[in-house]
Amino acid sequence: MRWKDSRAALLFISPWAIGFLIFTAWPVINSAYLSLTDYDVINDPSYVGFDNYKALFEDPKVGLALRNTFLFTVMSVPAQLVVALALALLLNSATKATGFFRTAFYLPKMTPPVAIGILLLMLFNGQNGLINSFLGLFGIDGPAWTTDPDWVKPGLVLMSLWTVGASIVIILAALRGVPQELYDSALVDGAGWWRRTSRITVPMISPTLFFLFIVDSINALQSFTEAYTAFFGAGNTTYSNDAALFYAIYLFQQAFEFLHMGYASALAWLLFIVIMAITAVQILVTRRFVHYEGGQS
Amino acid sequence: MRRAGRILTWAALGVFTVAFIYPFVWLLSASFKPRGEVFDHRLIPETFILDNYVKVWQEAPLALWMFNTLLVTVLAAVTVTITSAMVAWGFAYFRFPGRGALFGVVLATMMLPGAVTMIPVFLIWNSLGMVGTLTPLWAQNLFGSAFYIFLLRQFFMGLPREPFEAARIDGANNWKIFTKIALPLCRPAIVVTLMFEFQAAWTDLMRPLIYLRDSATFTVPRGLKALLDQFGFGGEWHWEIVMTASVVTTIPMVILFFLGQKHFIKGIATTGSKG
Repeated sequence: MRWKDSRAALLFISPWAIGFLIFTAWPVINSAYLSLTDYDVINDPSYVGFDNYKALFEDPKVGLALRNTFLFTVMSVPAQLVVALALALLLNSATKATGFFRTAFYLPKMTPPVAIGILLLMLFNGQNGLINSFLGLFGIDGPAWTTDPDWVKPGLVLMSLWTVGASIVIILAALRGVPQELYDSALVDGAGWWRRTSRITVPMISPTLFFLFIVDSINALQSFTEAYTAFFGAGNTTYSNDAALFYAIYLFQQAFEFLHMGYASALAWLLFIVIMAITAVQILVTRRFVHYEGGQS
Repeated sequence: MRRAGRILTWAALGVFTVAFIYPFVWLLSASFKPRGEVFDHRLIPETFILDNYVKVWQEAPLALWMFNTLLVTVLAAVTVTITSAMVAWGFAYFRFPGRGALFGVVLATMMLPGAVTMIPVFLIWNSLGMVGTLTPLWAQNLFGSAFYIFLLRQFFMGLPREPFEAARIDGANNWKIFTKIALPLCRPAIVVTLMFEFQAAWTDLMRPLIYLRDSATFTVPRGLKALLDQFGFGGEWHWEIVMTASVVTTIPMVILFFLGQKHFIKGIATTGSKG
């Protein structure tokens, strides 16, 4: 219709196009090349073929980092979804002051992740942290969340539940979109709360839950800041922090602490492949549980 | 039965509200306690002091860190909003060959993990001699960002076409149509973009870790991490300083949220529905 405006359109999108070439396309190519080299930034890269990729499979830290990251993702993503769904359902059935509760649930999401890492250290401190003091009220002797390798990841998972605010808001918006008629006819049929929730609500908002499941997983697989703040860095060398060594942290260390730019580039590509593979499997497996109104995505 | 259900709902909401808000209150309260009482878990400090705030200001160049962060944050938010809006408008209003494919590329870049481009982008800034300066923390935003382009395009597509056609007939050029009509109409989406990026830039730790070397150039989160390394784990265990600095880092974000709560909630809700 307005083909003669192509020039104008290209002017409007040119900032993105230039940025894409400089900060995405070129880096992707360069990263693929660097992954085949030894490079410490000071000396020129030297070509080593697939040595970096071979080294990945012999590096015990890669296995450890992958395992830690998987475990964290497998624990945190479903837990976050369940808590967010439960709180959104609660909010949706409240008739008054929903704005107040929504604010309370969203506010933690505003906390800078570095402060969340610090809060984790305080709240989950094994001796005098708030969590263990609370558990103590019930006679439970809480674990050493921040030092015991078996409890470091559960602590990180619990802490991650504090920031489900965005998911709650997204699910709540989806819940508001479920047509009231569906519930009216279900009530006529005498369906109880559980039946209405499991047969109407959850299927109707399943595209939203599916979206959150995928996005949260991609984010969890790249988690960095909270764990890095709490368990890595300049001072805490006496720490047993291997249990918190996430993949993104190991990559960061290889690149910017040891200046193994070639090896770190190979690590980045492995992460890319792992994320793509996991996302693809998730889509294939969960798609059949997702209900699209009118059969459309 | 229905009444019982209602009471249960309120009770559960109350319990969760306390659980979500308590860490804030606990942190704030601890920042007014002397070192020995930090972990006493009293809500109201037994000994109320302001020393921690004085001490953190003396121990760290907090005002400078604040200034650095504010500079980066404002530049990041303003530039990314202007360019993303331009690009989004280019994709939403015009039809041109390859539009679908190009927009597909925009979406695809959102799927690419940051880890893949992180190292080469660092090398670009390194070869420009800008590692150690604040520039790498925001300058990439001059070229827009895929997520905001997507969000704003979505908004532009929802606008009726008539005002633009009318302006065109009146002889307005493309730039005028964009700045005088399109931008004012999408003010809510612009505000959402500004706020999201303000938060993202203010809270980022990874890029400051990569690019900043000297304490004088630190942003507040980077400085907070340094304080934790020095006073938390560094053998000194002055948690009261670390906690006070955490409060100082967090409060601007809490203020931002209360200033623009409606926009935040709306923006987040749209992200989900457009997925």
